[in-house]
Amino acid sequence: MKWMKQFGIILLVSFVGEVLEKWIPLPIPASIYGIILLFLCLKLRIIPHESVHETGKFLIEIMPLMFIPAAVGLLETWDVIAPAWLEYVAVTVLSTWIVMIISGKVTQSVIRHRKKGVQENHV
Amino acid sequence: MFDFLENSAFFGVVISVASYGLGLLLKKKFKLAILNPLLISIIITIAFLACTGISYEKYDEGAKYLSYLLTPATVCLAIPLYEQLELLKKNWHAVLIGILSGVLSSLGAILGMAVLFRFSHEEYVTFLPKSITTAIGMGVSEKLGGYVSISVAAIIITGVLGNIFAEIVFRLFRIQEPVAKGIALGTASHAIGTAKAMELGEVEGAMSSLSIVVAGLITVIGATIFSHIM
Repeated sequence: MKWMKQFGIILLVSFVGEVLEKWIPLPIPASIYGIILLFLCLKLRIIPHESVHETGKFLIEIMPLMFIPAAVGLLETWDVIAPAWLEYVAVTVLSTWIVMIISGKVTQSVIRHRKKGVQENHV
Repeated sequence: MFDFLENSAFFGVVISVASYGLGLLLKKKFKLAILNPLLISIIITIAFLACTGISYEKYDEGAKYLSYLLTPATVCLAIPLYEQLELLKKNWHAVLIGILSGVLSSLGAILGMAVLFRFSHEEYVTFLPKSITTAIGMGVSEKLGGYVSISVAAIIITGVLGNIFAEIVFRLFRIQEPVAKGIALGTASHAIGTAKAMELGEVEGAMSSLSIVVAGLITVIGATIFSHIM
């Protein structure tokens, strides 16, 4: 019963997300509305944490599997990519590294800067 | 025998899950970052389809049930985010500045390389939403007049790259704060990066989940502005 109820709640939130996607004319998918909605419901205790968290943890754990079909489907787009594949791969690889390094470094330096500030205030 | 596999309802799921399991085993045994279970399962599955001549369509008839779970699973990312709310409140400056810097560097890097490689306007806007979650990215690419199928390919490859290289990048550039690792993964490589962040820890996972939402929304606006530059 427990798992069924939890899965039911998660599917219901996903469904409401789908309805919002349909109604609101923005390029925002059901899953994003769903995250925001579930977060608000947890925060306002409309949905108690214990009534979703076990099934939620399970779904998050098996999440990598869910990307396999789409990635295997890249086979089908090869013909479109082939003419300029080297440039496309370069853009994709380099920009991924750049974003990861910059956002990680910037976040870390703001955190450490503030930590240092807090310590100095205490002294 | 291949006829049977083509018509099996479970074959697509079994090959995907089994090859992922093999990837996990290999990673455990050799401890090399390049032996990424997701990458291994993609390569094995593609190779298997190519060798047996089973079409992607037939494979996807079973495998689509894995994709089906993606929206409910993404919705569940709200749970770790809720659990780490205190940490988020304490670090919201860093989180917001970090995500914003990531989105701007993504758009800027793509603009720079588009100029360098003499991309057409259509090619340029195709790559603008490459770091955000597939469903938003497709919408942005379509609206700006990009090639949607190439955007989807770039988005998925970006995710897999982030998943593979995160640990190496963090070591090389001494990114040690769990919050910063999470933001870097989510901002650079959306949900596929978040899957890696979840493996690294609860804090990393929660921050990465948040980045999917925030970076996705900022990119919708940012990509529209950047699309006028070139």
